[in-house]
Amino acid sequence: MANKISDETIEYVGILAKLELSGEEKANAKADMEKMLDYIDTLNELDTEGIEPMSHVFPVNNVFREDAASCIDGSEDTLANAPLKKENCFKVPKTIG
Amino acid sequence: MAKQYETVIGLEVHVELATKTKIFCSCSTEFGGAPNTHTCPVCTGMPGSLPVLNKQVVEYAVAIGLATDCEITRVCKFDRKNYFYPDNPQNYQISQLYLPIARNGYVEIEVGDTKKRVRIHEMHMEEDAGKLIHDEWDDTSLVDYNRSGVPLVEIVSEPDMRSADEVIAYLEKLRMIIQYLGASDCKLQEGSMRADVNLSVREAGTKEFGTRTEMKNLNSFKAIARAVEGERERQIELLEAGKAVVQETRRWDDNKEFSYAMRSKEDAQDYRYFPEPDLVPIIIEDEWIEKIRSRQPELQTEKLKRYRKEFDIPEYDAKIITGSKSMADIFEAAAAICGKPKKVSNWLMVETLRLLKDHNMEPEEISFAPENLAKLVDLTEAGIINNSVAKEVFEKIFLENIDPRVYVEEHGLKTVNDEGALEEVLKKVIADNPQAVEDYRGGKEKALGALVGQTMKAMRGKANPGMVNQKLREMI
Repeated sequence: MANKISDETIEYVGILAKLELSGEEKANAKADMEKMLDYIDTLNELDTEGIEPMSHVFPVNNVFREDAASCIDGSEDTLANAPLKKENCFKVPKTIG
Repeated sequence: MAKQYETVIGLEVHVELATKTKIFCSCSTEFGGAPNTHTCPVCTGMPGSLPVLNKQVVEYAVAIGLATDCEITRVCKFDRKNYFYPDNPQNYQISQLYLPIARNGYVEIEVGDTKKRVRIHEMHMEEDAGKLIHDEWDDTSLVDYNRSGVPLVEIVSEPDMRSADEVIAYLEKLRMIIQYLGASDCKLQEGSMRADVNLSVREAGTKEFGTRTEMKNLNSFKAIARAVEGERERQIELLEAGKAVVQETRRWDDNKEFSYAMRSKEDAQDYRYFPEPDLVPIIIEDEWIEKIRSRQPELQTEKLKRYRKEFDIPEYDAKIITGSKSMADIFEAAAAICGKPKKVSNWLMVETLRLLKDHNMEPEEISFAPENLAKLVDLTEAGIINNSVAKEVFEKIFLENIDPRVYVEEHGLKTVNDEGALEEVLKKVIADNPQAVEDYRGGKEKALGALVGQTMKAMRGKANPGMVNQKLREMI
């Protein structure tokens, strides 16, 4: 049950991931993704009827914080690794929201 | 005959919750700090950091859910919504897709004389994104993550609205409920309440919905109303020309009164939602819900009933006053101090509403102390100042929160009740206006008004008009 990924799908996933891939990289990514989908098909062979999906491995619920602020100026650490910065902000290519 | 179209509107409303700290870390949520000062490894998506849920966020969300008749989801989880954008440092937003905190509620709106229900599809908790500031100087964008991780509740309505008026009524109702709960200040201008409008048109009488567009960047009720009208027109024009409406996200430019396409809308599957592995499920037991329910403040409907019982004010006035939590708070506090609810209500209904309109302000922006209004009522009732002076003093209270007693004293605004002084002025007025005096004697009642006016002017507004009137009649 070999899955096939179309050229359009690879193109579209590339756009969503904001990646520019060469022809060779696209071919490799396609092969990898087909293998992954085949693996999912293997998982799908299991009968999961009536089993509640598990979202978390630990049997723990309701872990909360109280709403109390710790007033530390985090800007220096936050910006420490910024490739480009200006006026205490990260500087990025022009982006319009 | 031209085709008739019906507009179908659903809203996604984002509300920033009034917590002190962010949803998953202890950074402050305060608005307007220097860029990136309210940040830490969690809200900037640093590898290895671990989010921990702020309990107050759940409590506010449940409170809003209960106040809008929603069912509260007893087992509730967070999911990751994956997308790449510079305002989103983790490359995913922690949100809720599969098990949102509340579902199937409604609010009742009133447009004209018609009441109707707008159903709420669901309400979910999520984190806000950072802010992008465009830098004109070198044509780049600057990113400030202070807002990243500020808690939001997104309230998704059913497509139940049919006009801009209904949209505004729905938003006002939601805002009022949330402000009463103290769960958010809901300021559209500051972005603590934001609405995305999903709109489609269809030929009147058809059952299927048309293709919808989503409009963003709406930061005032007026902009929302204009955007609804504009988008309706645009879609009808397309259909009339035999073209199709494209499903897309559009950005409204309120200055140009025009919207333009931002991006073709990504489908839910493009976001590759999956359960958030860093956060454990939230189990909401009956006991917790009851505790939140018992702490719910008196909402407008109950307040309205109580006002009608306790205070002798017209129903219309009570409706307007309770329509804003801030107005209701001022009313109750001032009425309790001076014991004259009717007078307090008059000041709110007439002068306060006028000044709000003149200064283009919302009731939430009122900043005067109720004590000062109460003092003004006392000063007027005791006849220490007359009505026209009181209006002038109230404007000062409204704008600068002055103490009316001190102000009246300092500016010498007390009504002159000194008969001797008044008589002196009257003598002069009578002598200076022989024609008016003649006219009055000849039976022209109106002429007296002119003389009263002259007297008030001569006494710089501080005379007691009743007394002036009476004295004048005596003296002529």
